[in-house]
Amino acid sequence: MRDKIIHDHHHDGIDRRGFLKCMAWVGTGVLFTVTGGILRSETITQITAGAGALKGALVRPKGALSFVQISDSHIGFSKDANKDVVGTLQEAIARINALPTPPAFILHTGDLSHLSKAAEFDAVDQILRSAKAGQVFYVPGEHDVLNDNGKQYLGRYGKNTQGDGWYSFDHSGVHFIGLVNVLNLKAGGLGALGTEQLEWLEDDVKGLSIDTPIVVFAHIPLWTIYPDWGWGTDDGAQALSYLKRFGSVTVLNGHIHQTMQKVEGNITFHTAMSTAFPQPAPGTAPSPGPMKVPAEKLRSVLGITDVNYIEGKSSLAIIDSPLAS
Amino acid sequence: MKRILLGYAGAIALMVLAIHTSIAREKPVPNEVTIDNFSFLPQTLTVPVGTTVMWINRDDIPHTVLSTDRKTIVSPALDTDEKFSYTFTAAGTNDYYCSVHPHMKGRIIVQ
Repeated sequence: MRDKIIHDHHHDGIDRRGFLKCMAWVGTGVLFTVTGGILRSETITQITAGAGALKGALVRPKGALSFVQISDSHIGFSKDANKDVVGTLQEAIARINALPTPPAFILHTGDLSHLSKAAEFDAVDQILRSAKAGQVFYVPGEHDVLNDNGKQYLGRYGKNTQGDGWYSFDHSGVHFIGLVNVLNLKAGGLGALGTEQLEWLEDDVKGLSIDTPIVVFAHIPLWTIYPDWGWGTDDGAQALSYLKRFGSVTVLNGHIHQTMQKVEGNITFHTAMSTAFPQPAPGTAPSPGPMKVPAEKLRSVLGITDVNYIEGKSSLAIIDSPLAS
Repeated sequence: MKRILLGYAGAIALMVLAIHTSIAREKPVPNEVTIDNFSFLPQTLTVPVGTTVMWINRDDIPHTVLSTDRKTIVSPALDTDEKFSYTFTAAGTNDYYCSVHPHMKGRIIVQ
């Protein structure tokens, strides 16, 4: 049953109450469609029941692009919050392989490993080889660049990248940009992109027309979520200033091990669940460390993010799917 | 009766003393910094010249100890319960942070 909209100021079919309600659904299987910066949502149940206006987004027409974001697999972690991070990553891959349309590729938004150990990266690679997806694109998390400033990460995943591992590519008319914000962090600061990367970014998007949909992905959120826990990027706002002129910008991050969404003008910010362990909501615990939940709840707070784009429509639909509900 | 009561009081006093002693034993040694809940504890530690300070990570997440000048104190990533030591040979203030979680800051004052 659909809820009655009380205040529809923008005639867009969504009011504040409806928006807040859909925010409460984040992480439980929600389809987000963003058109011209306006966010609409339907629960998965509504869509599969055929009652949702957005059902069409799931039935992909030709020329549609579908890709999946996974994040924070932390292979090597073995503490109480999840003693089997290999198993839950394998479950995430099984979910991807069960999608009705195989994704064109996977974006892994960092913290592949827990301690940057060669054996951990080897295990990640082996598990991801079983994914039915064209390719995997990576950006590093802070756990992937321990002890060597990212040298090993670059050796393994940095082919065709610039600087510390940033790059861009085009797919189905969408311009994708992978950024690195986990290196050379200053005392007391947040995530950082640095001057060299910012200059590269400004130059990278210079020639693009404003109707090119942009997807930016990086490990630490590019917008400030909770600075007390380091959840933000010091020079993220400057990076976003280069993207303000575009009609549709989607920013995908990880790091905080929970879904969160914000829309600001034409920019949609979204963070993904981890495949390894959840972290507490901002300020609800003494620290952002791994959160232990009852064993039967764990798979409801881990998951994958499915993103769909229909060419020419300038809209991206984002679906967060937990490993189990 | 009075004697018995006094006996109890004595026993309680001994217990209290015993508890105090055990608390004193659990207090961090003066040259140790515990990393817990994404914090360096104590955040500021004052030691004499020549002291070796030991950091121990009690979190489920790795941390590092790195001088703000990024060259004086440089620890590897410390996993849970791993330790790192550094000997301070000169007087002065040494600010440091965790390079993985830079909002974590600490200071060692060497006198």
